Amino acid sequence: MIEIDGVPADRDPRPGQCLRTFVREQGHSAVKKGCDSGDCGACSVLVDGTPVHSCVYPAARADGRSVTTAAGLGTPDDLHPVQRRFVDAGGFQCGFCTAGLVVTAAALDAERPDGLGDPDGADLGHLLKGNLCRCTGYRSVADALAGGVNTEKDGAAPGRSLPAPAGVRVVTGREPYTLDEPPPGVLHLSVLRSPHAHARIRSIDTAAARALPGVHLVLTHADVPRVHYSTGRHENRHDDPDDTLMLDAMVRHVGQRVAAVVADSVAAAERACRAIVVDYEVLPAVLDPLAALAPGAPLLHADKDRAAGIADPGANLVAELHGGVGDVEAGLRAAAEVVEGTWTTQRVSHGQLETHGTVAWLDEGDRLVVRTSTQVPFLVRRELARVLGLDHARLRVLTARVGGGFGGKQEMLTEDLVALAVLRLRRPVQWEITRTESLTALPCRHPMRVGVRVGATADGVLTALAVDVLSDAGAYGNHSVGVLFHGCHESVGLYRCPNKRVDARAAYTNNVPSGAFRGYGLGQVMFGIECALDELARRLGIDPFDLRARNVVVPGDPIVAAHGPDPDDDLTYGSYGLDQCLDMARAAVRAGDDVPAPRGPEWRVGEGMAAAMIATVPPRGHLAEASVTLEPDGRYAVRVGTAEFGNGTSTVHTQLVATALATEPDRVRLWQSDTDAVGHDTGAFGSAGSVVAGKAVHAAALALRELIARRAPGELGPLGVQSGAGFVPLTAIAGPDGLTARATHDGTPRSVAFNVHAVRVAVHVGTGEVRFLRSVHAADAGTVLNPEQLRGQIEGGVAQALGTALFEELLVDEHGAVTTGVLRNYHLPQFADVPRTEVLLAATSDRLGPYGAKSMSEAPYNPVAPAVANAVRAAIGVRPHALPMTADRVWRLAAGGQHSR
Amino acid sequence: MDLHTVGALHRPTDRAGLDALLGPGSAVLAGGTWLFSEPQPHLAALVDLTGLGWPSLVTGSDGALTISATCTLAELAAAGPALFRTCCRALAGSFKIWHTATVGGNVCLALPAGPMTSLCAALDGVAELWGPGGSVRRVPVARFVTGVRTTDLRPGEVLRSVRLPAAALAAPTAFRRAALTAQGRSGAVVIGRRDPDGGLVLTVTAATERPFRFAFAAPPREAELSAALATVERWYDDPHGAPDWRAHVTGRLAAEVVDELA
Repeated sequence: MIEIDGVPADRDPRPGQCLRTFVREQGHSAVKKGCDSGDCGACSVLVDGTPVHSCVYPAARADGRSVTTAAGLGTPDDLHPVQRRFVDAGGFQCGFCTAGLVVTAAALDAERPDGLGDPDGADLGHLLKGNLCRCTGYRSVADALAGGVNTEKDGAAPGRSLPAPAGVRVVTGREPYTLDEPPPGVLHLSVLRSPHAHARIRSIDTAAARALPGVHLVLTHADVPRVHYSTGRHENRHDDPDDTLMLDAMVRHVGQRVAAVVADSVAAAERACRAIVVDYEVLPAVLDPLAALAPGAPLLHADKDRAAGIADPGANLVAELHGGVGDVEAGLRAAAEVVEGTWTTQRVSHGQLETHGTVAWLDEGDRLVVRTSTQVPFLVRRELARVLGLDHARLRVLTARVGGGFGGKQEMLTEDLVALAVLRLRRPVQWEITRTESLTALPCRHPMRVGVRVGATADGVLTALAVDVLSDAGAYGNHSVGVLFHGCHESVGLYRCPNKRVDARAAYTNNVPSGAFRGYGLGQVMFGIECALDELARRLGIDPFDLRARNVVVPGDPIVAAHGPDPDDDLTYGSYGLDQCLDMARAAVRAGDDVPAPRGPEWRVGEGMAAAMIATVPPRGHLAEASVTLEPDGRYAVRVGTAEFGNGTSTVHTQLVATALATEPDRVRLWQSDTDAVGHDTGAFGSAGSVVAGKAVHAAALALRELIARRAPGELGPLGVQSGAGFVPLTAIAGPDGLTARATHDGTPRSVAFNVHAVRVAVHVGTGEVRFLRSVHAADAGTVLNPEQLRGQIEGGVAQALGTALFEELLVDEHGAVTTGVLRNYHLPQFADVPRTEVLLAATSDRLGPYGAKSMSEAPYNPVAPAVANAVRAAIGVRPHALPMTADRVWRLAAGGQHSR
Repeated sequence: MDLHTVGALHRPTDRAGLDALLGPGSAVLAGGTWLFSEPQPHLAALVDLTGLGWPSLVTGSDGALTISATCTLAELAAAGPALFRTCCRALAGSFKIWHTATVGGNVCLALPAGPMTSLCAALDGVAELWGPGGSVRRVPVARFVTGVRTTDLRPGEVLRSVRLPAAALAAPTAFRRAALTAQGRSGAVVIGRRDPDGGLVLTVTAATERPFRFAFAAPPREAELSAALATVERWYDDPHGAPDWRAHVTGRLAAEVVDELA
């Protein structure tokens, strides 16, 4: 018998079962699946007090033992001391890794009587290598371990670090994520994936699979709607090409879905998948985007036409952008110095700790309810309804707290098959994506080749700037149009230059599809431009900070990229803090190293920087509806469509409402990311959670305040209105039906935000090792609504970008298969990999955002890789042109060799 | 993760029971930290070794240390010379993995970066292999691991233990490791051992597809060391380091080890 959090299990585990699934099947959902392979630590538990990764612990071995999860360590009313520290420090964002971190930290506390009071304890990097956090960058985790307090209990006003409302539930493992509350009798879906990069399915024999016990449904391309769509979701569905079928007779990448099985258990579903016999006609595949655009290349989507939203299906061309201003050739001729080069970026996985997953069922009213890990529940409902031919009224899509997004959940990747299965079977069905599927078959960041030509006068005034971008869309065009256009916009638009040229193409290849990822193309294109500018500054003998200061746009300048100034453009300078960012970052990075440079003749030190601009809201419409209700019990209920995935919008929305209505945060309740909550919300992407949904929430709260004042003039307080006539309690004002105000925001006009990253590194020319001596990041986020959360967003973005800069890469073999299918081989930043970054904030107030705030979710990612590359160049005298800058590559550069991989 | 095709978990308590259970479709379960980390659709049964009651660590009258295959890394790290702990720290898995992962499991997994292979090969470890019908075979660990994920283990055989001779345990050692990231999987591991007769034994793992062991009568000069390393026919290539880099850093690490022990 196994005891879990003091409760005896009601059965024995299966012979091949791991402890993680056994504990979850027993109803203890504090234990999460991040990798299922012993690498991430989200499933950490104590077995008789010993910390283990429960996903690689044979469940049978826990017989006669006592298992403790985060939920067993403490409760919201009686937190374990470690849990209290994580709340006080704000040591989490999405929180999916947190229960495992808490268990691990508690075990360390027990093993080390001195506790973990010393954040510089040399061993933390070692002790925490088995606990991955993709959101925070680990600084707040280190603070939590050290007992630091970063949140403020009192006061919700903008500028105060109110802790996340879900905090005590997150640290005690009680916050329900997507698959933490399975309906009774839920069936499990599993898919068979293509082993070929390009093939036509001649036939599929599912008879043996269907005959297996426990199998309820097998779906092939013959069983699904013949409706083309895109997994990428936008407010305007025509932003993405309709090139995808739920299941297709053509497979265009290794890992594409071929068939789906629904069965009593994952085991039965997988067994049935193995029993499906597929006869493939293997077709020639093309894996290189340049080769894909060449005449005679195998065509991926020749069966479609331009009406599908594909620029040229006859040439594998998903999208292209050509344009500019002035005369680049003349500008280059007039330059005193010209830099030309090509920079390349790699495939990167989002690595959200919660993999994609969906559970769906029919409610009492025969309505299809889809609970899913998404950033865009309303857009998923819209497209699901279209693909399945359902009325919106028959479809509800909701998400609980999402365990990380980063753009990867601005897609419809799991909902379609689950929804179809529920409609066919009329039983609840769930599908949990494995980490290997996530790494090898789901969309990743677009790899790009960025050619840059840039020239300047001797005093550093730009005379020409041209980019030639080639983006690898992979097998499907989801987000490839938007990523290409956006990637080439603010990156080029940041600089004032009379002669500009943008040539950009996105090509279909038989690689795994690329998709939306933090920065939406800017990080890739900026890697080229910011490295080229660094080289230009070097050749001109100008400080790279000065080169930026001399050429960046300032209020009044048009923001020009592929097109000339557009009077109808809704992008405007709602505020401007780039000048401050440049000054602060320059001063800070030169203020002295945090880590002394290692001694020895082979260590070389260098400084690098890069700048970035980003629109605060996605273009062409981002809509949010919100309402705030004074409930009959005198408390406030907020309804808003946007999702919480660690970005902290729930905290900010609570702050905005509590401040507008002069109440306490614990009297504000959020109902969010549910198509039943409001009419519409475009979703949590493009950094819109605070500046679009937040605007709507704030406006609704202010409108409600007006309604309250009309019923009871006077001074509004947490419990009622005080006036000369006396005190009127909120319960009386609310009446039996409550009092509701609604508001919307349409995401326009849009402002711009700025980021400058600067580092000093030491590079060992004999091994290629890169060490950070100093890392600083200056951000122009407007008014800071929640300093700790903002800092966490910036640090997390920097950490994610450091992974891109230095080691993360999905490797693809010659047949188009991703070979880095487990987290041991796809290295996400660990505690030991991430240096402390000093965060500096410009003093600006935006005239568009709520309380003068600007978005700051994607932006910090963008300047980091070029800043590091420029520092490596300064250190070793050779310029890196490819990401990631792994130690082997840096060594090879320093040794004067060429890249061979 | 769940091993969905596994329908039986056996826990033999004696050698005859163990023999009877080994065969196609079954796998030996020690810690399980690797077995449960990847799908194993070819497996129908697991044979748990922990019921055999092998004592984890036994020091013989001759001073040799016998490490049972089921000894956990945590037990090993707490027990012996500093090199034991250093090698445990080279495991890509966390300290929590140490509580269940075993020395035998790590050696039999035969990953180039397996730190227990590094340790046992460097200290002249001899693997005791139990075969069907009570047979016993002994093979040096440096030869037991024959390649990437391949060993000298024959059908029906189980790794019972690794014996580290007293002389090797007592000798001064030096350890160097290179990896693409601070705590990531090793790209190169070099362990040196200075024997009382003045000899120096270098063992290279992680950078190569199998352990390479170089015995020198005295600390080698640069040319001698280079010539020895040049006998490595192929440097390992995986996401944890390119072959040319592995060859290069192995040379550096080896020189550092020799310097330390000279």
